[in-house]
Amino acid sequence: MKITKDQIKQVATLARLELSEQEITTFTNQMDSILAYVDKLSELDVSGITPTSHAVPLENRFREDVVTPSIGVENALANAPDKVDGFFRVPKVIE
Amino acid sequence: MELFELTIKELHEKLKNRDISSVEVTKSYLERIAATDDKINAFVAVTEKEALRAAEDADKKIAAGNMDILTGIPVALKDIFLTKGIRTTCSSKMLENFIPPYNATAWEKLEKKGAILTGKLNMDEFAMGSSCETSAFGPTKNPWNLNCVPGGSSGGSAAAVAAQQTVATLGTDTGGSIRQPASLCGCIGLKPTYGRVSRYGVIAFASSLDQVGPMANSVEDCAIILGIVAGFDQKDSTSVDIPVPDYEKSLVKDMKGVKIGLPKEYFIDGLDSAVQKAMNEAIAVYKGLGAEFKEVSLPHTDYAAATYYLIATAEASSNLARYDGVRFSHRSGEAESLTEMYCKSRAEGFGEEVKRRIMLGTYALSSGYYDAYYLKAQKVRTLIMQDFIKNFENVDILLTPVTPTPAFKIGEKSNDPLQMYLSDIFTIPVNLAGTCGISVPAGLSRDGLPIGLQLIGKPFGEESIIRGAYAFEQATEWHKGRARL
Repeated sequence: MKITKDQIKQVATLARLELSEQEITTFTNQMDSILAYVDKLSELDVSGITPTSHAVPLENRFREDVVTPSIGVENALANAPDKVDGFFRVPKVIE
Repeated sequence: MELFELTIKELHEKLKNRDISSVEVTKSYLERIAATDDKINAFVAVTEKEALRAAEDADKKIAAGNMDILTGIPVALKDIFLTKGIRTTCSSKMLENFIPPYNATAWEKLEKKGAILTGKLNMDEFAMGSSCETSAFGPTKNPWNLNCVPGGSSGGSAAAVAAQQTVATLGTDTGGSIRQPASLCGCIGLKPTYGRVSRYGVIAFASSLDQVGPMANSVEDCAIILGIVAGFDQKDSTSVDIPVPDYEKSLVKDMKGVKIGLPKEYFIDGLDSAVQKAMNEAIAVYKGLGAEFKEVSLPHTDYAAATYYLIATAEASSNLARYDGVRFSHRSGEAESLTEMYCKSRAEGFGEEVKRRIMLGTYALSSGYYDAYYLKAQKVRTLIMQDFIKNFENVDILLTPVTPTPAFKIGEKSNDPLQMYLSDIFTIPVNLAGTCGISVPAGLSRDGLPIGLQLIGKPFGEESIIRGAYAFEQATEWHKGRARL
């Protein structure tokens, strides 16, 4: 096995996903075969090869630091599931 | 002839000469959608009222002599493009009620040229899929055979074009999501070079691979749409600041002196015999048009799918972290604590394929596995890119199949994610290399399903693949075939 149920549970915690027991079983089996497949990359010797993060070379783009109009508080909050007094509201964080 | 059968230029001329009105064209499309979409399910939403209102405005502009190329012409859009004030779901429960406060740049550019929005098109959830089956709003059917998938992720877009529900549209392509559905639905789909079109306001899947491109029933319409949406955008720092050529100048009928490479790794044993036959016939057509052929090799092709499914999922797991139930996405009503709210909101909002990819990507990026999976994949990506760069020293374009087989049956691969992933093996390398590709209709299978050929160009070599696609289109009849509905 390339991956165990316990590892799947750990990855789900990192990804902030609550998985059902059924999903844990399914994903363990499926990820096991996917990881076995992607293991074919180990056939290649990549020592000395530079990794590519973007196909087109990127450089920083600078612009003048000037104030421009933005969408505003009302628009920013328009899709919020819960809001109060111009803020996003979430369950209590501090005990 | 019905209005929905015309090309952009034909519609433009008729509108300009006042032979038809924008309201008439828009109604023609809305009626076509109403008559066909019960069967196909290409639309997530039809914006009938807004479209008719916009058509009335367009008619006033035309009457005043104030007209642009798309003025009064209705188009539908993949539901991945943010449309201000119009619900944009990415075919996910996560964004079921999301009303964007701004427009995607690509859509804004079409709208500035006068386009009218008729609706939003179905897709695989968050563009993760090759069949349109992962949509939270039910699968789209292939207009050529309603038991078959239209391909994905831009399956709704390809089906809508094939069913003449829209004259042209925009898709997005991360691993083949424009070219593969275009091929399976018998229309034309062009994935431009990474950086050619702004991604601003396009819901992100894998940011180093995603690219916006046109889909239509003619190469000319694709060239027109690409010319409008291409170009640098201050709001997308990865868009590239080089001039946009006049793509219509590439609509040339001959191929004299063009060197076409045939990568041997794409003509494999598992290739469907009808696909192989269509490729052989296409090669003969190109020879007749004056092209020269050369067998070439892209030796790392076999590693592309593995590389892609590590890089794309890693980037997706990071991009999709924004769906936290706080600012604009689904929030679970069941949670007591903040962490519980994140975990439950994401569990309820995401479908199975999206969860699977977030899991795979999170794993590939996690401590202890990063070097073995993600970093390794990035290095192999370099080798795959170099394969293309080397070959483009000797040939102008490459010719390959788009997919190993024609459209498969709905449900056939949905329980086997690995088999589904391997349906994109001929399109994925183009995204990893960041270059451009186009799918053109090139045949029909014995069961009457469309087969596409792919032309791959150099980075920013869209003109060469448009020329190749146009020359082939004009020399053959395949693009004239329509699904019977």
